[in-house]
Amino acid sequence: MSTPSPALRPTEGPSFLGRLGRLGPLLGLLALMLVATLLNPDFLGVSNLTNILTRAAFTGIIAVGMTFVIISGGIDLSVGSLAALIAGSMILVMNDLVPSLGAGWATIGVGMLTALALGALAGLFHGVTITKGRIEPFIVTLGTLGIYRAVLTYLSQGGAISLDLGVSERYSPVFYGSLLGIPIPILVFALVALLGGLILNRTRYGRYVQAIGSNEQVARYAAINVTGVKVATYMLLGVCVAIATILYVPRLGSASPSTGLLWELEAIAAVIIGGTALKGGHGRIWGTVVGAILLVTIENTLNLTNIISVYLNAAVQGVVIILVAFFQRGERR
Amino acid sequence: MTHLTRLALLSAALVASSALAQTKQVIGVSIPAADHGWTAGVVYHANQAKAQLEKQYPGAQIIVKTAKDANEQANQIQDLYTVNKINALVILPQESAPLTRPVANLKNRGVFVTVVDRGLTDPKAQDAYVAGDNTGFGRVAGEYVARQLGPNGGNVVVLRGIPTVIDNQRNDAFRAAVAKNPKVKILDARYGNWNRDDAFKVMQDYLTRFPRIDAVWASDDDMAVGVLRAIGQAKRTDIRLVLGGAGMKEMVKRVMDGGDKLITANVTYPPSMIADAMRLTVESRMKGTPMKASTIIPSVLVTKENAARFYFPNSPF
Repeated sequence: MSTPSPALRPTEGPSFLGRLGRLGPLLGLLALMLVATLLNPDFLGVSNLTNILTRAAFTGIIAVGMTFVIISGGIDLSVGSLAALIAGSMILVMNDLVPSLGAGWATIGVGMLTALALGALAGLFHGVTITKGRIEPFIVTLGTLGIYRAVLTYLSQGGAISLDLGVSERYSPVFYGSLLGIPIPILVFALVALLGGLILNRTRYGRYVQAIGSNEQVARYAAINVTGVKVATYMLLGVCVAIATILYVPRLGSASPSTGLLWELEAIAAVIIGGTALKGGHGRIWGTVVGAILLVTIENTLNLTNIISVYLNAAVQGVVIILVAFFQRGERR
Repeated sequence: MTHLTRLALLSAALVASSALAQTKQVIGVSIPAADHGWTAGVVYHANQAKAQLEKQYPGAQIIVKTAKDANEQANQIQDLYTVNKINALVILPQESAPLTRPVANLKNRGVFVTVVDRGLTDPKAQDAYVAGDNTGFGRVAGEYVARQLGPNGGNVVVLRGIPTVIDNQRNDAFRAAVAKNPKVKILDARYGNWNRDDAFKVMQDYLTRFPRIDAVWASDDDMAVGVLRAIGQAKRTDIRLVLGGAGMKEMVKRVMDGGDKLITANVTYPPSMIADAMRLTVESRMKGTPMKASTIIPSVLVTKENAARFYFPNSPF
């Protein structure tokens, strides 16, 4: 670990195998890319690689927030439902604003702020219920997983909530546009990951998160505001979900009960593949980023070839996930 | 004389009471909760039909219940029987196998059972069956694609739904219909799970993989939405046709308006089939007439000419 926590200090330097294991996700991704290129040379095309990174951006951004929550010893199962609810709510708000504010950036701005506020509020609710209410994070977020999606289904009457066409037109560059040739979702993903890495490894808050995850009691004795830090991790994740949703809405211009389905598992899988311990204590943002890209790459590779029966797609995904975890088991104790 | 009058009175009373019993009918309707576009349409049409039928037949009481999974649905029909004392049940089962036993139970106790769309594993558990035509859905789509591509044919990619029997039937029928035009080539068929996001991704990968695609059978309107976005993003102009299905109102509107070059038709698999099943059941119960053992609602090709008939602006789907 580059940032030793007060509670856990490794006594010996990492062995060769340990060091190799730390690169597990990256090696896994490179191996997968090699296989994909052999199967279909189009894999390395710029447009395909951009597609992969853009798709990875959604769960990747959420996974960056999830890394904090998991390192602190928590979990959040509700992110997929929350993304769907935020998407639906911000579309409804924007549609309502069109008559008064017009179909311009003012409306979109309010929509984005609504998303961020909802994300932060949901995170605040999770954090407070978990710390002050002393309920397991698994239970709290299992509850909200059902609540958020049910509310969205209710709002949409089970159908789709579609964005006003004018707003959709104006908003679409946020997903489809690019800056210096790089699509906006990839830029935002990179920025969020960079900020996440800085916060985790270079700030006092980041160290507190790791300390709490490795031993909450010791952290309390060290006079760390455990409640405050934990609530902040859930709010951080809520904001990440909101950012991902802000990028997601212009893609299809609609939200439906199937929006964001199973994103929570994808985000958690990305974090774990990236080498963060599910029991908390330590982890790394770059690993999470690689994990998110790896997950999308598996799916993309399978779609680019015809060798494996489509019935077995999920099995191949499972095998690759377990293999990557196997390669990096050396560093877990 | 007295004997005769007594007999006449008695038979009159019997007729009257049986007529009374016939006019008092409680019909339970059990359908999946609105969890995606098509089932949302089912819920909408069930409620519409309830209002209309109760007005038409003052003696009929219709109770509509939605369930989120097979287990909840099994509990629900039990309650409909014991609490609401239903005479007839119209059910669109969440899943076939787990609901066969509970439905058969109700039928054995004298409840008239109409099963809609997804069949049960044992047809003896039902009195009547009303369903969409899945084979027809694939065939009509395949014929249209083959016809639109013309004698020169072209390359077709297919998006499938979720791996199920229904999806296999549709896909096989589509392939069989397309095969009649030897110049049409199906490049690949992958699962988009009847979902916009998944369809978007699968289409992106198709566009990377195949330099020339002439037609896309999206096989569902939700998936067609994702397909259109992926094509738009890749700025591809080789694709001449995107055919969805099921009759989502936005898609039917596009066909009706005729402004969209890619979306020129649709194939129905109407969520309103629940309303047809309810109407047939209530009619048969109220009039005492038998109901056909099996009613198949055909899948129809929607084009600019007939689209107005399939456009329900108030439906959520």
